[in-house]
Amino acid sequence: MAQKPVQFTLNGEDKAAFASDGQNLLDMLRRGVGDLSPKYGCGQGACGACTVLIDGEPCLSCLTLAETVDGKDVATTSGLSSGSGIHPLQDAFMRNFAAQCGYCTPGMLMAAKALLDRNPQPSRDDVVEAISGNLCRCTGYEPIINAVLEASRSGASQPNG
Amino acid sequence: MSKHRGKGFACINYPIGMNLGGDPSQALVHSNPDGKFMVALSSIDLGQGMKSVTRQIAAETLGVPVEDVYVDTADSDTGPHCMGSFASRGTHRVGNAVIQASQEARAVMLEAAAEEMEVNAADLMTDGKGNIHVKGAPSRSITTMEAAQAAQFKQGKTVSGRGIFLIPLSDVDPDTGEMTPVSCFAHAAMIVEVEVDDETGEIEVIEMNSSYEVGRALNPRLVEQQLTGGAWMGMSHAAWETTEPYYPERDHGPVDFNHYLMPGPGDIAPHNIAILERPAPDGPYGGKGPGEMCANPVLPAVVNAVFNAVGVRIDDLPVTPEKVLRGLQANGGAQPQARR
Amino acid sequence: MSVEFRKDLFADERDDDLNEIGKPTQRQDMLGHVTGRSPFYDDHLFEGLLHMRCVRSPHHHARIRSIDTSEAERLPGVKKVIVGSDVPNNLNALLSLLDFGLDDEPLLSDKKVSYKGEPVAAIVADSERIARDAVAKVRVDWEVLPHVLDVEEAIKPGAPSVNGAYPANKFIYHGKYDHQKLRYGDVDAALRQADHVIEGRYQMSPIEQAPMETCGAIAAPETNDRFVCYTATQGLFFSLGTAAKLLDLSSARLHFIGGTVGGGFGGKVDSLHEPLAILGCMLTGKPCKYMFDREDEMQVGAPRGAERWYITDGVMNDGHIVARKFIGYFDAGAYTRLSSYAIIKGAGHLPGPYTIPNVYADIYCVYTNRTPATAMRGFGITGVDFAIENHMDKVANTVGIDPIELRILNAYRDGDMKAHRREAKNTALIECCQVAAEKSGWQTSDWVKQQSSLSGGGGERGQLPTHTATDQHGFVQDGQSGSYGGGSKRQEKSAYAETAAARAAPPAAAPPLRSMPVAQPPTQPARTPEPVQSAPAPAPATGPTAEPPQPQTRRSPARFSSISGLRRR
Repeated sequence: MAQKPVQFTLNGEDKAAFASDGQNLLDMLRRGVGDLSPKYGCGQGACGACTVLIDGEPCLSCLTLAETVDGKDVATTSGLSSGSGIHPLQDAFMRNFAAQCGYCTPGMLMAAKALLDRNPQPSRDDVVEAISGNLCRCTGYEPIINAVLEASRSGASQPNG
Repeated sequence: MSKHRGKGFACINYPIGMNLGGDPSQALVHSNPDGKFMVALSSIDLGQGMKSVTRQIAAETLGVPVEDVYVDTADSDTGPHCMGSFASRGTHRVGNAVIQASQEARAVMLEAAAEEMEVNAADLMTDGKGNIHVKGAPSRSITTMEAAQAAQFKQGKTVSGRGIFLIPLSDVDPDTGEMTPVSCFAHAAMIVEVEVDDETGEIEVIEMNSSYEVGRALNPRLVEQQLTGGAWMGMSHAAWETTEPYYPERDHGPVDFNHYLMPGPGDIAPHNIAILERPAPDGPYGGKGPGEMCANPVLPAVVNAVFNAVGVRIDDLPVTPEKVLRGLQANGGAQPQARR
Repeated sequence: MSVEFRKDLFADERDDDLNEIGKPTQRQDMLGHVTGRSPFYDDHLFEGLLHMRCVRSPHHHARIRSIDTSEAERLPGVKKVIVGSDVPNNLNALLSLLDFGLDDEPLLSDKKVSYKGEPVAAIVADSERIARDAVAKVRVDWEVLPHVLDVEEAIKPGAPSVNGAYPANKFIYHGKYDHQKLRYGDVDAALRQADHVIEGRYQMSPIEQAPMETCGAIAAPETNDRFVCYTATQGLFFSLGTAAKLLDLSSARLHFIGGTVGGGFGGKVDSLHEPLAILGCMLTGKPCKYMFDREDEMQVGAPRGAERWYITDGVMNDGHIVARKFIGYFDAGAYTRLSSYAIIKGAGHLPGPYTIPNVYADIYCVYTNRTPATAMRGFGITGVDFAIENHMDKVANTVGIDPIELRILNAYRDGDMKAHRREAKNTALIECCQVAAEKSGWQTSDWVKQQSSLSGGGGERGQLPTHTATDQHGFVQDGQSGSYGGGSKRQEKSAYAETAAARAAPPAAAPPLRSMPVAQPPTQPARTPEPVQSAPAPAPATGPTAEPPQPQTRRSPARFSSISGLRRR
């Protein structure tokens, strides 16, 4: 099967991988370069668990062809914390107990980060809209909304916290 | 054509653990040389907080800080048998097993400390901060680390404990249904306010007010997580979800989240919760399991609220706009009931 | 959104000064969750991992004449096509581990399928895509059979037989009856004497558990001829035991790792993935993953089964419910899985959290040609609670009593006898009702506010019925001994002295209608003020001056203190 070389940055680090014919970005990130933070929830683009940022825009990696990220910047939850510190969004999720099983959390965090990067002071409605493509079966969403709002008040929009 | 508001009430109780018993769970606890404890389970954390609640239970029982305890779940080579995480049995069954294991390990730790301090173990107590001292004489103390080191390197004792919890399997009388189902029950009451659009048949949940009796909130934040998320799921069962929209026909079954509907973050309603705690005599520190029952009162409360709003009874779940409109049509329009 | 703790209630039964219990300690797994490092089963990478997809029935019910796998096997990248004859012990019932049902379900069917989506072959291939391509190349010669989808149709004579182990489409309880019985008092006699008979029919929908992580398992060869299995199961040893049985393997050769699971809600107990993944690994010598995609999860993964309930209540004008009768049908789908057990749990739950002197239930576990049902949050209870609480609203409406007052009037209290013949203890329904009403601003009477779970129960309410009407209907000749409770080894004595005569033949005269009132709400006209309590009896409420019942002698509540010997740090 045809293999295509792909070069991109993942959380600021140069990566190179071979994308097989029709391989999606989620699979390449997880199995190709070993970033296990994006999750498979549906493979249909409906749950948001695989959300990553491509050049700053939130994208569903399960519906993105791996070869299309050639030359682009990909960001995942693995890159949210730098060194020993965690990102204010992660901190706010912790303080609000905004995760139970934790499976939707990485995708939820990336959707929230994309929001705060473009709108540092979102309203509750802005937050609701931003995470509407991300499903959570455990929390009832309220703690997640509160966490994103709290993070926005603590300046999460600044790069790396 | 207008929107009508109504309130519906429901209350429930819920059996904790596998109904007839016969479902053991085990725990093993041991200390490393620094007096830090590992709890080995084969129980499952699927988000409900099994690792966290058993960690607190172990720390409380051992008498050490929670930071000095770590729970490992689910490796069949190291974790002893557990039936599993279902039937609201985790906190109750596994919690009790962890208490028993922790008590055994604590006894060894205190014996080791007693030998080291040349006192009677019965005269010792823990302060929950990592120290063991003589009752009434806090200054005569050693650390749990010193006790663990003495046990393992001087006395040749393993600071460890085994625990199991089992309610023996109950028989059932075939003719009367006499049985001994579960040993404790959680309780809840729920009032849901809905708004029904009598033109579209759509309903919107406006507010939920509830009370949940959970035995003891072993960790209040974990309880809050369950109740908030569980009530959301109850709301979802009431008016959104079905795998077979035309049950018993199997047609039109959903294959993705565009067809299997659940309330999104924009559909949620304010939920005001009161938590009551009447400890269960056989629960770990009185705790019952809140994880399953939290959804149950919402389903009937929603249909009762729809009746209160427009006088339509929905006896088949989920409440869909189609069913509401058919009911309104049959009644000749909305018939709002007494406001509450 | 707000949360309050009502520490004022039941305060004398609690010690709130513990070191760790009751503290809002951060979850042990939270940092892992927010950093994406929590290790779910699929977060373990294996070199040369093989992928599995199943060939599934397109029919609700069909006989398998033959399966031709040759074309699929020739497809490049296909490592193995597994069929039923490859499974060492190809018949199981989940609860057989608990002696709770006959083995009735194959891992891979080779004779007949009983639901749309039932697996008949499993492809093991280099990639998921190849496995999907190969699935399309397996040729099955089907003989389509008539099917039945409705629970009440399925138990009619002449309905297609869904499940070979239970040819009449009904689970056999205790080796004796085709349904689970609950008999307490004499419901029919009480219904005849009730002021109102209120009926209802309720249908609970099938529901998908929908955990964000789909079900699955990865099996790999381990040293010393063992297999390691990473799994999303909710019951580690449950799945291990099931795999050992189906594959005829010693459990010593199985090493299961899980415990960090992306939601379950009851949908991850069926243990379908672990045995197939291990079998794929055994037959190829390579690591093998079997994982549901989302469509599988929704259509093939077992849902919470549908339930249909018929409730008939006998109610007096004052709101006391004197009789409650249930006919229930659990839609188990094609195989037993856990449905038989859910019904027992449901039977022990009836008639809900109320003290009703005459209760009757016939609950059927019915096989239909649909996806087998399994556990889900609230298993065995959610559906009947929907029915009961919906029905209570109708009762309140019929007799003209406030819905909350009606609940409290009939609420179970400490010391009451429950329909399964055990004493109610540690109850708190009344307090929950009061607090919810308060929070919502729902106006209630003073009488409602004065009631307590701790008082007004017991006495006559704690006694068994003087007569219970029993019957033999639904008796099954030669009931299968494998059904739950078939053996006599677990016979235990009744905890309460209830003579055999009280249960057997009905007495010559009609039994007295036993009503179990606590104090009447002042707004209600008093009816049948029978003596009910040994403790200071409440004055039969005849007017607005009626007193609430005084607490009975307080049962000694359990106290919980710090085992570590010190209260607050």
